[in-house]
Amino acid sequence: MPFVPHTEADVREMLAAIGAPTIEALFDEIPPQLRIQGLEGIPTALSEMEIGRLMSERARQDGRPLCFIGAGAYEHHIPSAVWAITTRGEFYSAYTPYQAEASQGTLQLIYEYQSMMASLTGMEVSNASLYDGGSSVAEAALMAVRAHRKSRSLRILMPTTVHPNYRKVSITTAGNQGLRFETVPYARDTGCIDAAALAAFDGEDITAMVIQQPNFFGRLEDVDALTDWAHARGIFVIAVVNPTSLAILKPPGEWGTKGADIVVGEGQPLGVPLSSGGPYFGFLTTRMEYVRSMPGRIVGRTLDLEGREGFTLTLQAREQHIRRGKATSNICTNQGLLMTAATIYMTLVGPVGLARVAEASAARTSELLAALGRVPGVRLAFDGPRFHEAVICLDRPVAPVLRQMEAAGVLGGLDLAGDYPELGPALLVCATETKTSADIERFATALGSALKAVRAA
Amino acid sequence: MSARREKLIFEHSRPGRGATAQWPGPNPDAAPSTVPAALRRRSAPLLPEVSELEAVRHFTRLSQLNFSIDTHFYPLGSCTMKYNPKACNQYAMLPEFLGRHPLAPDSQGQGFLTCMFELQEMLKEVTGMRAVSLNPMAGAHGEFAGVAMIRAYHRARGDLARNEIIVPEAAHGTNPATATMCGCVVREIPVDAEGDVDLVALAAAVGPNTAGIMLTNPSTLGVFERKIPEVARIVHEAGGLLYYDGANLNAILGKVRPGDMGFDVIHMNLHKTFSTPHGGGGPGAGAVGVSQRLQPFLPIPVVGRDGDGYRWLSEADMPQSIGRLSAFMGNAGVLLRAYIYMRMLGHEGMSRVGEFATLNANYVMARLRAAGFDLGYPTRRASHEFIVTLRRQAKELNVTAMDFAKRLLDFGFHAPTTYFPLLVPECLLIEPTETESRETLDAFIEAMITILAEANEDAQKLKGAPWTMPVRRLDDVRAAKQLDLAWKPPTATLSG
Repeated sequence: MPFVPHTEADVREMLAAIGAPTIEALFDEIPPQLRIQGLEGIPTALSEMEIGRLMSERARQDGRPLCFIGAGAYEHHIPSAVWAITTRGEFYSAYTPYQAEASQGTLQLIYEYQSMMASLTGMEVSNASLYDGGSSVAEAALMAVRAHRKSRSLRILMPTTVHPNYRKVSITTAGNQGLRFETVPYARDTGCIDAAALAAFDGEDITAMVIQQPNFFGRLEDVDALTDWAHARGIFVIAVVNPTSLAILKPPGEWGTKGADIVVGEGQPLGVPLSSGGPYFGFLTTRMEYVRSMPGRIVGRTLDLEGREGFTLTLQAREQHIRRGKATSNICTNQGLLMTAATIYMTLVGPVGLARVAEASAARTSELLAALGRVPGVRLAFDGPRFHEAVICLDRPVAPVLRQMEAAGVLGGLDLAGDYPELGPALLVCATETKTSADIERFATALGSALKAVRAA
Repeated sequence: MSARREKLIFEHSRPGRGATAQWPGPNPDAAPSTVPAALRRRSAPLLPEVSELEAVRHFTRLSQLNFSIDTHFYPLGSCTMKYNPKACNQYAMLPEFLGRHPLAPDSQGQGFLTCMFELQEMLKEVTGMRAVSLNPMAGAHGEFAGVAMIRAYHRARGDLARNEIIVPEAAHGTNPATATMCGCVVREIPVDAEGDVDLVALAAAVGPNTAGIMLTNPSTLGVFERKIPEVARIVHEAGGLLYYDGANLNAILGKVRPGDMGFDVIHMNLHKTFSTPHGGGGPGAGAVGVSQRLQPFLPIPVVGRDGDGYRWLSEADMPQSIGRLSAFMGNAGVLLRAYIYMRMLGHEGMSRVGEFATLNANYVMARLRAAGFDLGYPTRRASHEFIVTLRRQAKELNVTAMDFAKRLLDFGFHAPTTYFPLLVPECLLIEPTETESRETLDAFIEAMITILAEANEDAQKLKGAPWTMPVRRLDDVRAAKQLDLAWKPPTATLSG
């Protein structure tokens, strides 16, 4: 059978050493009425050649359409070296570095990752990753409740400019512990948090406020003013950021007078393929004063018996395997391999390359919007500073237009009808450095034809 | 290990250097940026500036400082460190799978969705559960989903007082931590001298506040919970539900199914039983399975069949769902690897996993017992893992389980899990898995015997171990007290 090396002689001799007549006898403690005889519902085994053929067929079925969807998962160039090294068995098939002396590679890499993420976000400390962007927002809200010494309200301001799925994950994850997420609307003309609506929370006990930059619509929020507004009222600021954008945007540690308190986000843009939504990784950074409230693994540099530097998991007294029911989170294993890929990615592109990726993505999006602006029946929903995404409004319902474009091999963006019906027919579009002028032209042409076809229908 | 130590990547960095082939070229036609000066970054982040070769060499050298399944026997108890077939990685990384956007329409993902649907079906078959959601991204995440479903079930019935989760004292730390995250109160109950749940304590613990019980079976003590039919009866009669922690599912694959044991909800660690990579600490995948009464509460999205095709079911299809646990569809790429693994094993291979994992564990246990080691539960069969306790050696020779673990590294073996479960003193939890050959097991047994002899003759060999790793034993107290969690450039260190 596949992947089991035992010969018949092995089995015979091993059973003799055990003193059992058959392998079956080793299961004699299981109540007999519970036993099953085989798993006939599972198909017959495939050889590697056969599974290779099957998977290639399935992959071909999905094809490779030209994709302008962003919305929290972004197509970027990934250097070949990133996954060539990440999938080396020494990284791929190791586990959480419980035995530090035999895991210095993973541990040093995590320390390097923590250093890069702390600097990128303008904070002092980083953990070793969380599940994804959505769950990192939930973990940040729970962490704010732990770290905030005065607020006891468990109320978190959650603007509707935060990714709708992040808001949903936060409710699923933190709602059972009594956290309440208060909606803050966006201004219809700008697509940014409605500052006037914040006045309703003056004088209220609020634990934290979530600010996503760039926000879900791709717009840049006035993060300095928002951060100062929150801090003046004793409200923690949780920044949700795109790590690529931070090569050119002000890091959350410098927002307003004091800087954000907790920074989280989706790490996928840093060398992780789109892959139908995962595996990705979430990141979380903060100030040193809140380090003991952080969830997840943290690596520290220390000395060995001979005074040489080495790396080890630290501050484990926060974690579930020590604190059990009183831990900061139940999180255990999370996204080590993706953190590995991101560290190699950040190393390969470096500070200059990451800024070029960010600038090129922003420029391609501007080019895309200019091209779409020439298509009849299309207008930009919100004007103003943005990163690499924007909302466009159509004069026809989005769903049939997208279906028409799909037939031409173009995925034209995310239909916002479900989460933002008040916008009317609206589409969230994104271009990154991977798109060429020809791709953009193809999108504009496909959109124009699709609109025409839908109007005619 | 070939490489000994490696400088930090920041120490390789030189201003002005870079892997420029990876940068997008300058675009002279680009429109001016819309980002105003006030929102711009003023100083560059501290990312390294190195050539591509320097980056490749650095991270390759780092990899060589690790023990891994591909390089070393890794009998880490409760973690199921079995071989991760290369085909699973290769075919999950076909360009079409990697390039597919999570929000791409279902019509552009029928190949992928077919795999996901069939994976759900196969997981139902091996566990005996009624329905499966693939969404949770790790075991602990699956636990969260499971307990949240138990709460939602009681709430939907108006049974609002049920907020207590019973957990045996041997349970993984994630069990009580999860219960707390779900807003439940944890009640720990003891196990008896042979490792089974104490039924008297259980009967006394259940009542009108019982939401459910979380059990691992085989338990973390490396033995099958023989009283599971009685446990199920007591908890169900009290109105509670049974949660199955699938950490040890590998031991019973093809022999007995959680659904048949009476469990209402389970999570599976696909990175254990179904051989997806452990990745130096993730990504895992913690698919959940449920009985019929919990089906409406499954986390979304779930793959459904729709005519000839497949699609993700959402809130509209499952209004009672506990909701969304990840921004998108969970760890899709990991799920593909599990799918490929299950198809390669087939039903024949799948039912032999439990057999050979159990054979290997019982073999190592029998030989270590014969060599003079004390077992945690000497009257019991091993499941796919078992406990050695060094309580006697700690008392008589002053060598601990930690000393043993560190010395094993010098012999080229990753250490077993140490000091877990917490109720067996000085314990090693040893899980060989089915993919290890007899020769490897024999070499490990010989190393254990040699170390036991060293403990008697020259304990310093253990107390000072490891001797052959890139570092000697590390100062964990210093690490936690003088926190050094991020590199800073030398000048910054001097000034502050």
